[in-house]
Order: sequence, then structure tokens, then C-alpha cells
Amino acid sequence: MKNTSFFIVGIFFGIVMTKSEAISWFRIHEMFRFESFHMYGIIGTAVILGAAAMWAMKKFKMKTLRGTFVTYNPMKLSIKRHLLAGSIFGLGWALVGCCPGPMYVLLGNGYAIMILVILGAILGTYTYGLVMNKLPH
Amino acid sequence: MELIGNTSSFWDFISQPWHWAVSGAAIALTLALLTWMGRSFGVSTTFKGICTIAGAGKRIPFFNMDMKDEYWRIAFALGGILGGFITAQFLQSPEPVAISESTIEYLGTIGIAYPESDALERGFVPTEIFNFTSIKGIILALAGGFLVGFGARYGDGCTSGHAISGLAHLQLPSLITVIGFFIGGLLMTHLLFPLLMGG
Repeated sequence: MKNTSFFIVGIFFGIVMTKSEAISWFRIHEMFRFESFHMYGIIGTAVILGAAAMWAMKKFKMKTLRGTFVTYNPMKLSIKRHLLAGSIFGLGWALVGCCPGPMYVLLGNGYAIMILVILGAILGTYTYGLVMNKLPH
Repeated sequence: MELIGNTSSFWDFISQPWHWAVSGAAIALTLALLTWMGRSFGVSTTFKGICTIAGAGKRIPFFNMDMKDEYWRIAFALGGILGGFITAQFLQSPEPVAISESTIEYLGTIGIAYPESDALERGFVPTEIFNFTSIKGIILALAGGFLVGFGARYGDGCTSGHAISGLAHLQLPSLITVIGFFIGGLLMTHLLFPLLMGG
């Protein structure tokens, strides 16, 4: 039943992503063509306010609902891996015009084709598991 | 009467497309809520969770994940689907997404009419390209999803995990990943996509 609260936050997220137009293939295309500030404004505001919130939560040692402090497990820095992985992701993001969150939200908006996009993403995830030992990390 | 009048103008008000600053603040609120609930914001791990549920862990140890701590994420994604549905039903913007004139003009030159290329004419997905009725549409939808899924797992995170959560925690690996998102995205938008549309 605890998952109900995450379901409700998810509903809020779905409404936000739709009203923000961040789920729009056309907005993503426009962003990569630098023809509008819209997406940069959204991401920039989210990062700045998010950073302020994370800073405050750590600074004032706020306890989460699980009784833990707010922390972040840093990833090992590997420039090659992150640039390569990010680029592969970016190719897909610009092609289908949506990242994982919007794939689900678009499905709810009635774009049934997202079933195929999500299926592709699951196959891509599985394929990574198959070949991960051969990739530079 | 007054109350009803106000209610309806309230719906009209939130049914407009939201300003980018309001949207950005609402995404930051989502991040803060999930952090307060003791979780980290990240959607792409749901794909890994689906592989785990389907039994991929029997063959590949990478998918041997403790799902007890993962069902919340699937609940979140399902909520996202319902949130999209609710918006389409009750809070739909009166006009298609107002992308810039120069983008509309450019898309016209590669054969994509706006907003007609979206069968729902909301300006969300060019269903003329991505659809179940053409082999090309099916392949492009699957291939794009595949790249997103593969890249997200290889980089251990997607837009929510790196561009929002990781950057908000001032993580250098996340910044490098986001630079990667743009390398791939610019390459697709400026070089590969026009070729795919021409072919």
C-alpha cells in the first residue's frame, strides 16, 4: 500500500510532463535546433530549484520518511563511459523525441505507439545486460 | 454561481500550457518529494525492473535485482500513465504545442507538416513517422526506444536520473552524461534524422 503514495506522485508527474510540453517530440526537436528557450528554461529551473532543495535537505540534516539522511551515491567517474553512454541515449532521445518518463506519460495521453518505444527500451536494457562485460566502464 | 464561475476559470487557467518556470518548479517538487520519501528520482530503472520480473536474472546476474525496493518505481511510472490520461481528458490545452515558427518551417522542408503530422493534432508525437502501419514507423519506434534503453543502462541513468537528480546533487559524472545526451541528440537532429526522412 506504501506504493500508492508513489503512484500519486507519478500522477502529478504525468500531469506536469504533459502540461510542460516536455513530452513533445516537436519540443525536443526544437531544443536540439536551439530554436526556443522553452526546454532549457524547464530543465534549468528544475536543476537550480532542485539543487537548492537538495542542498537544504542535506544542510539541515532532514530525515526522510524512511528515517535516513539525504545522500547521493557518487558514481565512479569515467569520461569515456559517460560520453559514450550519453551519446547513445541522446541519439535515441532525439529520434523518438522522448526519454523514459515521457514514454509512459505519452502512452497515457493516447499515443499507443509508445508501447513499441517502451518495448524497444526494454530490449535495449536487456541487450546492455548481455554485452556489458565487453563495454568500457 | 460565483463559485461555479471561479471553478471553471480555474480549469481554464490550468488547462493552458504551463510556463517553463512553473513546469521546472513542478519537476523540482517531484524530485524533492521522492527524495523526502527516501527514494532517488530515476525512471529508466523501470525497464531493468521489467527485465528482472520477466526472469532475466536467471541468465544474467545484472538483472538479479531485489525487486522489493523497486516496485515503488513501477507504481510511479503507472501513475505517470494515469497522469497523462487525466491531462488528455480534463486539462488538454486548447491549441497544439506552440513551437517556434522556424522549427515549423524547417520541418516543412523535410516533409513534416505541423501540426498535421500528429494524428491527434496536439503537437506531441509525429504519428505520421512513428506508427504501427508502416515497417519504417515500427522500426524507427523500436530502434529509438532501443537506443534510449541501452544508453540509459550503460550510463546508469536517463534524463531524470542524470539531468535532473544528478545535476541537482552537483555530480560531475551526470554533467558528462548530459553532454553526451547533447552530442547524440545534435548528431541525430542535424545529420541522421534528415537522412532518415529523405530515404
